[in-house]
Amino acid sequence: MPEYKAPLRDIKFVTEEVLDFPGHYAKLPGAEEATPDMVSAILEEGAKFAERVLSPLNRVGDQQGCQFKDGVVTTPDGFKEAYQQYVEGGWPSLSHPEDMGGQGLPDSLGMMVTEMIATSNWSWGMYPGLSHGAMNTIELHGTDEQKQTYLTKLVSGEWTGTMCLTEPHCGTDLGMLKTKAEPQDDGSYAITGTKIFISAGEHDMADNIVHIVLARLPDAPAGTKGISLFIVPKHNVDASGEIADRNQVSCGSIEHKMGIHGNATCVMNFDGAKAFLIGEANRGLNCMFTFMNTARIGTALQGLAHAEWALQNSVAYAKDRLQMRALSGAKSPEKPADSIMVHPDVRRMLLTQKAFAEGGRALIHYCSMLVDTTKKGTADEKAEADELMSLLTPIAKAFLTETGFESANQGLQVFGGHGFIAEWGMEQNVRDCRISMLYEGTTGIQALDLLGRKVLMTQGATLRRFTKIIHKFCKEHKGNKRLKPYMTALDKLNSEWGDVTLKIGMKAMRNKEEVGAASVDYLMFSGYVVLAYFWARMAAVAQTKLDEGTDEVAFYTAKLQTATFYYERILPRTRAHADAMLSGADNLLAMDEDSFVFLNA
Amino acid sequence: MKILVSVKRVIDYNVKVRVKSDNTAVDLTNVKMSMNPFCEIAVEEAIRLKEKGIATEVVVVSVGTKSCQETLRTALALGADRAIQVDTEDGLDSLGVAKLLAKVAQNEAADLIIMGKQSIDSDNNQTGQMVAALLDYPQATFASDVVIENGEAQVTREIDGGLQTLSITLPAVVTTDLRLNEPRFASLPNIMKAKRKPLEVITPADLGIDVGSNVSVIAVAPPAERAGGVKVGSVAELVDKLKNEAKVVS
Repeated sequence: MPEYKAPLRDIKFVTEEVLDFPGHYAKLPGAEEATPDMVSAILEEGAKFAERVLSPLNRVGDQQGCQFKDGVVTTPDGFKEAYQQYVEGGWPSLSHPEDMGGQGLPDSLGMMVTEMIATSNWSWGMYPGLSHGAMNTIELHGTDEQKQTYLTKLVSGEWTGTMCLTEPHCGTDLGMLKTKAEPQDDGSYAITGTKIFISAGEHDMADNIVHIVLARLPDAPAGTKGISLFIVPKHNVDASGEIADRNQVSCGSIEHKMGIHGNATCVMNFDGAKAFLIGEANRGLNCMFTFMNTARIGTALQGLAHAEWALQNSVAYAKDRLQMRALSGAKSPEKPADSIMVHPDVRRMLLTQKAFAEGGRALIHYCSMLVDTTKKGTADEKAEADELMSLLTPIAKAFLTETGFESANQGLQVFGGHGFIAEWGMEQNVRDCRISMLYEGTTGIQALDLLGRKVLMTQGATLRRFTKIIHKFCKEHKGNKRLKPYMTALDKLNSEWGDVTLKIGMKAMRNKEEVGAASVDYLMFSGYVVLAYFWARMAAVAQTKLDEGTDEVAFYTAKLQTATFYYERILPRTRAHADAMLSGADNLLAMDEDSFVFLNA
Repeated sequence: MKILVSVKRVIDYNVKVRVKSDNTAVDLTNVKMSMNPFCEIAVEEAIRLKEKGIATEVVVVSVGTKSCQETLRTALALGADRAIQVDTEDGLDSLGVAKLLAKVAQNEAADLIIMGKQSIDSDNNQTGQMVAALLDYPQATFASDVVIENGEAQVTREIDGGLQTLSITLPAVVTTDLRLNEPRFASLPNIMKAKRKPLEVITPADLGIDVGSNVSVIAVAPPAERAGGVKVGSVAELVDKLKNEAKVVS
């Protein structure tokens, strides 16, 4: 039976020791409450909820899935009760403003709790996750009245939220969307159209659902500049803020999917549904982007979640499973065979998962620290954090989900044939993880965003903002003999990152297709460098602790060993990506469309 | 009615316990510590009595080093009103702890003292009984149900043969068994409120108690590792082994 234990020690290592959250919170306006003892009290309680309530429901969610009948969605057994408990615990309110009934704690603290929820039961975690996105949107762009009516109920968790973007004919290309919004005499709008792939669009966990919907006004310009953002409640709300009649929005069906069966993926039909404009008309996509950055970091987290889950369960199995003998001779002669931990290749798989899970954790919490700053920092700090976030968001989203999936897959592989059997939970982990590379922009889209919009369109300025940080870090630590191997390799790769960017930029001036042709390899290359930076930072902290003398020698030594594994066995992958991205677009574009398959030749 | 609840910080029940190499104690370096599960039940029972309007104040007390303040904060987050840390070295014997708790109960004029029946680290199951004896209060141990009425507590006790119901006059000591209730999780707003609730630190000297011990631990050893089993050829052989090797059947 698979299990989840919250990695509190590692979260503390990353946030307190590596990223200095206590220092960050001491400077951050409004974070006074987030003292280390408060943070650990909150994390321990969050851990209990994830371990004892959500983790046991993970498999139930997969086996039962959501049921759909006559427009009503029933979530798997226990999901509703767990949500009730989550609401009673006050968890939805964590990082939302106090005047809306929130606790006003930093977003980054919310991310630590979310990490545990996400890892213990991703499908369940998506329901409050979507609410969080809807809350952020109303918080930033809603009117006071909208906040009073909807935000307070979302913050308390009584109601949940969704984000309705995708339509049958447009996913990535939102400029094509057709859903219409007709102005009404009372100042509201009537929305007509169909949205698909709406996570948590309909369910039985809360009394009302607040849909945030992208639609087009009658006189709107074509394309992305003619999209507006609306609030559409499932049930209308009367003047006193209570639930009134049913709005003209309904769930037409739910999807049958490869994974995340516990989360309802809905077709939503809007038949003249009453709606309220959020923000300015035709500026909906701009409002949406603020949400999309957080949603993408939220999806990046999914990669970490499945990697961590795979790691915990495959390590437990590998220690327990006796098969064969170590090549150099029996390690446990008293037993019928050695545990598979003795086999180098099993260790390769476990260390790969460890390197991606723990490295990913550092990247995720670094990003969430930037989110804090983009909201509450000084003007200069905000500008820097915004720029770093714009660079790191596509990297975190695509790279952590790609490596998260690789980790989930390696976790399954450790089990041999048993990995393929449902009871062990490893195949569910692989299936659940797979969506993360698709929604919120596929890996390909993230790669285009990174290379095209974030890097080349800013003439490399955004990239330099980050490579400078890495360069400075390497310089500071090069003097330390024990850290030198990491620093030398990192510094070299870091300047190569700039070099390959320049080369692709030059090629792109002659042929724009070079950007698309290089993009995914470029993104993966970038991801490996970014993670190398965080592993070097973790190694530096671990080395310092060991030098100072610690009673956690094993913990810090394992950090150094994993860093070494990452540098020596994972980082060489950058060579292949560099060669591939610089090989030019021709090897992709030369082939005739009709030459891809010859079925009737 | 005022309730005093004692809580103890112990090694978390999920942790695989290891004994120090010199066999002096359990190794507590970098292991997760939590509130003793029986104490959690005691806190929960007190809070429920307050929610029912029976108790007016719930005071939690812990004996130990500063780190037990964390456990007290947990109890405050669950709903206790204020906390007292009696600042001592860890590892006092049961009688030392009982003397301190009895004195605190007296000072607080607590009407009801609820304690865990035992702590999962030393498993002595004696502190509650000692507190009752020192105060000359009635006691009802291993409670699986508590009803307070007319200055009395009706306590259902889990005993070997089944259940026994006692009626005791207050003030009294009740110790909790596992089935008394299922402790709640602390809510986020309450975790934050807990920080602002009063936590008083006092010393054994403040209480005028000498905690000198009459008990010394000679050695702590892990249980013997289980030896591998053997297959027996017949029932007769099994019975023979049970009689002569295991000596569990005569």
